[in-house]
Amino acid sequence: MRAETFERRVRQALYVARRWHPAEIAFWLLAFAAFLLFPRNLLLLNEIAILALFALSLDLILGYAGIVSLGHAAFLGMGAYAAGLFAKHVGADPLAGLVVGMGMAGLLGLVTSPLVLRGTDLTRLMITLGVALILYELANSFGSLTGGADGLQGITMGPVLGLFDFDIFGRTAYLYSLSVLFVLFLVARRVVHSPFGLSLRAVRDNSLRASASGVPNARRLAAAYTLSAAYAGAAGALLAQTTQFVSLDVLDFHRSADLMLVLIIGGAGYLYGGLVGAIAFKLLQDLIATFTPQYWMFWIGLFLVLFVLGGREIIHGAAKAAAGRLARLGKGAAR
Amino acid sequence: MSAALQTFGLCKSFGGITATDHVDFVLAKGARHALIGPNGAGKTTFVNQLTGVLRPSSGRIELMGEDITRLPREARVKRGLARTFQINQLFGTMTPLEMIALVTSERLGRGSHPFRVLDRDAELVAQTAEILNRFGLDDIMDRRIATLPYGKQRQIEIAAAFAARPSVLLLDEPAAGVPEAERRELMQTVAELPDDVSVLLIEHDMDLVFRFATRITVLVNGRVLAEGTPEETARDPAVRAAYLGESAHV
Repeated sequence: MRAETFERRVRQALYVARRWHPAEIAFWLLAFAAFLLFPRNLLLLNEIAILALFALSLDLILGYAGIVSLGHAAFLGMGAYAAGLFAKHVGADPLAGLVVGMGMAGLLGLVTSPLVLRGTDLTRLMITLGVALILYELANSFGSLTGGADGLQGITMGPVLGLFDFDIFGRTAYLYSLSVLFVLFLVARRVVHSPFGLSLRAVRDNSLRASASGVPNARRLAAAYTLSAAYAGAAGALLAQTTQFVSLDVLDFHRSADLMLVLIIGGAGYLYGGLVGAIAFKLLQDLIATFTPQYWMFWIGLFLVLFVLGGREIIHGAAKAAAGRLARLGKGAAR
Repeated sequence: MSAALQTFGLCKSFGGITATDHVDFVLAKGARHALIGPNGAGKTTFVNQLTGVLRPSSGRIELMGEDITRLPREARVKRGLARTFQINQLFGTMTPLEMIALVTSERLGRGSHPFRVLDRDAELVAQTAEILNRFGLDDIMDRRIATLPYGKQRQIEIAAAFAARPSVLLLDEPAAGVPEAERRELMQTVAELPDDVSVLLIEHDMDLVFRFATRITVLVNGRVLAEGTPEETARDPAVRAAYLGESAHV
């Protein structure tokens, strides 16, 4: 009898860890409401959604599995080129292109995972960086396929689900990107709370104890790396499809570096870090660029230095307090 | 007497130094066996070979009659060989509940499932609850492990190893650094381990060894110096000279 009540407590405690927080629901309602609230800024919102998905992808390996990467653009680029070439030569259906982009990037992740998983953080930084550089140069030299420095042109996209045509205001683009982000977020959320997700955290926390607990570390990390690559590929595919253009820039180092900054701003390891970070990063970039189009990098650099030196705790503390207040409000309303 | 764990001519050298020197060792089924020896005798090197952290230079290791010399660590765990660490190796950001749930989920073969839900898995919940209960972790199960007192962390070390349902359990100095007040509870835990688990205790504390073990192996300079019951070991002049004499002033 007592054992049974304790089991119930254990089940409840495990459930609480994956329960939806009211702040999460509010976040997604706002994200979709933004479509109606900011009809003039849908192109920017689309960029934010894509960056958020890209950051979510890095968070899966950095925040949950402890794998650092300075070359995540390799997967973004792979997804973008795969989806772009698919649209150009095979078919104009966006969802099919998305699947192809994810698949190709995931395959690249799977193939490169043995390189990345050996060694220390520093080796991983170098190897991921190297893989991205190689891909950049490959895309540059195979101009007949990729368009080289001119970019991949002549992509025409069909309507999403055969119903919604892409328009110049970014209406379809934003709803499409946000929906893909939302669905992939739900999948990621499920994964990180699964036994598989728990084992990733185990490897991150202490790989020695993880293997002493029966976790096949290398295999789990390879699986996480592949999944993360596929997510980055999805972001790349969305980028290619909604802009109907792919340039070498998708493989550029600054893409990988920006991504690190996004996760530093938003925080890693709770899934929303990439999303919040992407919003903050893009808005900041946009805001500064309207004042000083030439020197925005200077200001964003200054902000980051100050942020990392001291502002992070303050901002995250305030965000946490706000979320707590929202949770109490939600409970009050339910009662 | 059949062996749970056995080594045959096990050797390990690092450069010119021989850390394990032709060790033939038998851990009987259901044993309460202690491995003792002065600092640098090669106890931890020996355990690290048993569990697969280090690969032996030569020799063979058998678990329940099966050759496990070249198996990776996690495969040995799956076959029933679990260990604790001399220095805590825990999942600091997890709660005791999550850590025990992890070990249980790996044992039940759930670890590669990306979509399963932990709390809807009745078997996992029941077995996790059983371990938390047995090791007195129920009241602290949802606090972060890193914030718990050291004695509790040592308790979790043992609980996590035991959650793998081992047939052979290696305890590497379980009471190391635990304050006197919490020591009793910890040793109680060790004493209450079920009989069908064969236990090898690697220990420095003689008091503990003589209270717990029915058989003792003395390791000196990587070699087995003596083996026998606690009484025989205590009487053995070679052991006294090499080990007990040296630490008698402690």
